Amino acid sequence: MFCISTEAARPFGKAALSFEFEGEPVAAFEGQTVAQALVAANRGACRTMPVSGSARAPYCLMGVCFDCLVTIDGRQNQQACLAPVRADMRVTMQRGERLLDIDIDDEKEVRHD
Amino acid sequence: MSKRASAHSRIAVIGGGLVGSAIAYGLARHGEEVAVFDEGDLALRASRGNFGLIWVQSKGLGMPDYAAWTLRSAALWPHLAAELIERTGIDLQLQQPGGLHILLSNDECARRAAFLEKLHAQPGFPRYPYWMLDRQDLKSMYRGIGPDVVGASFTEQDGHANPLRLLRALHTALSQMGVIYRPNHGAERIEPLERGFAIHAAGDRYTCERVVIAAGLANGRLASMVALDVPVRPQRGEIIVLERVKPFLRHPMLSLRQTGEGTVMIAEAKVEAGFDKRTDLGVLGTLARRAVRTFPALADARAVRTWGALRILSPDGFPIYTQSTRYPGAFAATCHSGVTLAGAHALDLAPQIAAGALEARMQPFSPTRFTHGDRHVLYQH
Repeated sequence: MFCISTEAARPFGKAALSFEFEGEPVAAFEGQTVAQALVAANRGACRTMPVSGSARAPYCLMGVCFDCLVTIDGRQNQQACLAPVRADMRVTMQRGERLLDIDIDDEKEVRHD
Repeated sequence: MSKRASAHSRIAVIGGGLVGSAIAYGLARHGEEVAVFDEGDLALRASRGNFGLIWVQSKGLGMPDYAAWTLRSAALWPHLAAELIERTGIDLQLQQPGGLHILLSNDECARRAAFLEKLHAQPGFPRYPYWMLDRQDLKSMYRGIGPDVVGASFTEQDGHANPLRLLRALHTALSQMGVIYRPNHGAERIEPLERGFAIHAAGDRYTCERVVIAAGLANGRLASMVALDVPVRPQRGEIIVLERVKPFLRHPMLSLRQTGEGTVMIAEAKVEAGFDKRTDLGVLGTLARRAVRTFPALADARAVRTWGALRILSPDGFPIYTQSTRYPGAFAATCHSGVTLAGAHALDLAPQIAAGALEARMQPFSPTRFTHGDRHVLYQH
């Protein structure tokens, strides 16, 4: 969808850094967002949809479409286009909907007598 | 189709929201020839701002017939949903597992119990059971409830559905059934003719034999043109939409529900601010705090959207269904529960309009109640 030129990806004076996506290093520079770095590295899909299960990649890059959801350092459903890269951050794909820290009980019938 | 050929229809429905669409659907289902007149994108559109409850518990203090009507609609809903998925393929995500009204203090519990007792003790109130659940009952269903949750009231008839899908399914079905839909045709004037009516909209004049006014907050203005009294005013509700999370909440909880897609929605509010649809941070904060006290884990969920929408309230909060005696063939319908009452509107009210007159059992919903007898100003979910 998007292509970021080599020059644009290395503006003058910005420090290079690296973070992890799905266990592999991604090159980035200070001031980029996670979504920009993933697109520049051509990493493809970053999440699967909770409803259809189909894969999605960063799209609007401005915080609106929610297609760039990822898990960052264990925090789920983070918008990669709004998250600045930090060295050594661990990013994984957001697979389906996030799980709240809540007990899910399959037996949810109301008992009344 | 030429403009001339379509300028007349047997029945004109004014309003393409949930009330108008459900009635138009019920009429078309009866083989009536119908045209729906709707406004454009800038309309107030309560039908786009709905929470999506099909809510029975606590309806009808001051009007037991409203409780019966609501109960009837909840019972008709599965038929409506089944018909619409059959016709359109659109799944309304109807779930009727019963609803919980969560109570966050002993005082709330006591007031809720007293209210329900009073409600069900009314002469003529329909018989259906309800339960006051204590914390342990709830804890056995939802281990994630917060320490402030004291109990809940529960009614088996409550449920929820996706209101946007309902609206889309109704419109899809209308189109398939040959109903003429006229967007950007807000009715400016309804002119009674010697036989039938003329609708003035978008600079044109359309004629019909019968007219059904279901135009939300425009009902007061339009109904007066056919000698009907339909007093309505806006009351704002506000909604917070959270991100999608794995399903954890099966029961609608009056002010909290999880949609078929996993989205968590938080409502409701009763803000008197006229036609102002903006949200208020103070109101939203109150809603959010209550949700977090119910399920503390929600504090970690992100809000992705908020909106305000205007309920259409009659003076006592109950629906108005009426027909003009001066201009036979003119009907009006208004309520603040377009989702809950969709079943009754499509499958019970519309056949009466098709038959030409409201049945005697609809008399309690007549606006004559505002002109004699005492005025109850009671409105509770």
